Amino acid sequence: MITVENLTKTFPGSTGQVRALDGVNLDVAAGTVLGVVGPSGAGKSTLARCVALLERPDSGAIRVDGTDLVSLGGSALRAARRQIGVVPQGDSLLRQRTAAGNVALPLESAGVPGPQRRTRVAELLDLVGLTDKAGSYPDQLSGGQRQRVAVARALAASPSVLLADEPTSALDPETTGSVLTVLDRARAELGVTVLVVTHDMGVVRRICDDVAVLEGGRVVEHGKVLDLVSDAASRTAASLLPAVDQNPAVERSYDRVADVVLVGFAAVGALLPEATSRFGVELNLLGGGLTRLGETPVARFRVGLNGERADSALEWITEAGGAVRRTPTGPQGVAA
Amino acid sequence: MRKATPWSTVFDYLVTATGETLYMVAVSTLIATLLGIPVGVWLQLTAPGGLRPRPLLHKLLGFVVDLGRAMPFLVLLVLLTSLTRLVIGQSIGPTAAIVPLSVGAIPFVGRLVQNVLSEVHVSVVEAAVTTGATTTRIVRSVLLRESLPALINAIGVTAIALLGYSAMAGVLGGGGLGDLAVRLGYQRFDDRVLWSTVAVLAVIATLIQFAFNRAARAVDRRRHASV
Ligand SMILES: Nc1ncnc2c1ncn2[C@@H]1O[C@H](COP(=O)(O)OP(=O)(O)OP(=O)(O)O)[C@@H](O)[C@H]1O
Ligand SMILES: [Mg+2]
Repeated sequence: MITVENLTKTFPGSTGQVRALDGVNLDVAAGTVLGVVGPSGAGKSTLARCVALLERPDSGAIRVDGTDLVSLGGSALRAARRQIGVVPQGDSLLRQRTAAGNVALPLESAGVPGPQRRTRVAELLDLVGLTDKAGSYPDQLSGGQRQRVAVARALAASPSVLLADEPTSALDPETTGSVLTVLDRARAELGVTVLVVTHDMGVVRRICDDVAVLEGGRVVEHGKVLDLVSDAASRTAASLLPAVDQNPAVERSYDRVADVVLVGFAAVGALLPEATSRFGVELNLLGGGLTRLGETPVARFRVGLNGERADSALEWITEAGGAVRRTPTGPQGVAA
Repeated sequence: MRKATPWSTVFDYLVTATGETLYMVAVSTLIATLLGIPVGVWLQLTAPGGLRPRPLLHKLLGFVVDLGRAMPFLVLLVLLTSLTRLVIGQSIGPTAAIVPLSVGAIPFVGRLVQNVLSEVHVSVVEAAVTTGATTTRIVRSVLLRESLPALINAIGVTAIALLGYSAMAGVLGGGGLGDLAVRLGYQRFDDRVLWSTVAVLAVIATLIQFAFNRAARAVDRRRHASV
């Protein structure tokens, strides 16, 4: 759906050129949500602005449905922009227009006639749950409500792509939830492909199918969230999964200690008890916990095992789909 | 010491002069607004970071505008005499004064408008850009509409400035309150005429300020708006 190919963008800086994007490649499948994360200055906003066609990259291509949008100009560029709904960073609503008036703006740009415009505006305000605020001005809305109006506006002209730069950065957790729900509905009910820039792993956990990590203008990790969490080498996994506390004193009393990542209802619910009964081992949870990635429950536990067949139990868990990483803090090195 | 002009005569003078002044100010404010807004829009569009950045053109335009603003009004009045005669057919009287007043105020309005438009937040403008709106639409629906309250205030400021300049133009044959104050009041030492003219000018300035403030607030939809 969206393909970013070898995107490069440099800015003139005080100490020479700043390479904000350095050969970025990304792929977002139709109807999925990609989260772009990374440290401050990594180039996330620059990427978002390039995809929003607000910034022209030095080289590379941005394809939506196969068409390269980078070199477009004039009315072709304006038409391309209508395919991409944008929720810009920060306050971007017209303060002299009502919520409904703001949502109508892209429809005016697209030349949609009045009666159709009003119907569409009503649909979108309903989608974001703000039907009763249609006549309110931005200054009469809360931060979360304003952001939902911005999402409704971005979706008004039925774009195939929705782009949001830090849509929840200024919001409290509860309000963040309401905005994420709206983004999720956009994908589920309108089939929009979403690219969301965020520094909040909670956003990735809640709505992202895929995640890309940007660092120094390069993509250093890119994949499905559910795959990455089971990948021991993934840096994203650590920040997506529940933390485990170190407790060397307790861990020393076990034959084996390992971190186990379990994905899905079945695995989270049944895998560990089954391993216990199959191999006749004692298996205790020492730390970690449960979280949700989208609708999928995911657990990371630190487990301690006692018993002759502890290794077999761990192997079996791996075969059954759990990701097992033995921790060097345990005494297994001695036992083996 | 001459005898003071009788109040009834002062009153007649004031009515005529006030009419002339209001006529000069109203028409020149209107013309300066109509021509100054495009200048301001153009300045803002071509500015670095504007919708159509053209650094060189912007600098040139800014230079001309600032030159116009720096030009002493009296010099402009004299310089434009022949233009005035060409447009109006004569170079004295209230109608003739409108030409230099309008021309002098255009760069003034241009700068004020540019300042006002530059206050519209970048993210608001970019949001409109991403909707695929044309520049014309963005200027109309976003830049001008978002800053309408401030624009109305700017026009109020212009009207009051033109009230002052119209007095100056009046002295050079434009008629109006300035002419009355100087010729009958000051030069003939008629304090009654002088001070009543000043009082009327003060009242007009206050009323203009009040009216534009009210209008600006009436169209403002932001918080604290008293609609
Ligand atoms: N318009 C610009 N002019 C000059 N340098 C810029 C410009 N925009 C971005 N940069 C530089 O490009 C780099 C990437 O910036 P960008 O805003 O994309 O980072 P980011 O990942 O969004 O960071 P944050 O998480 O803080 O928002 C930074 O070094 C920044 O200083
Ligand atoms: Mg950013």
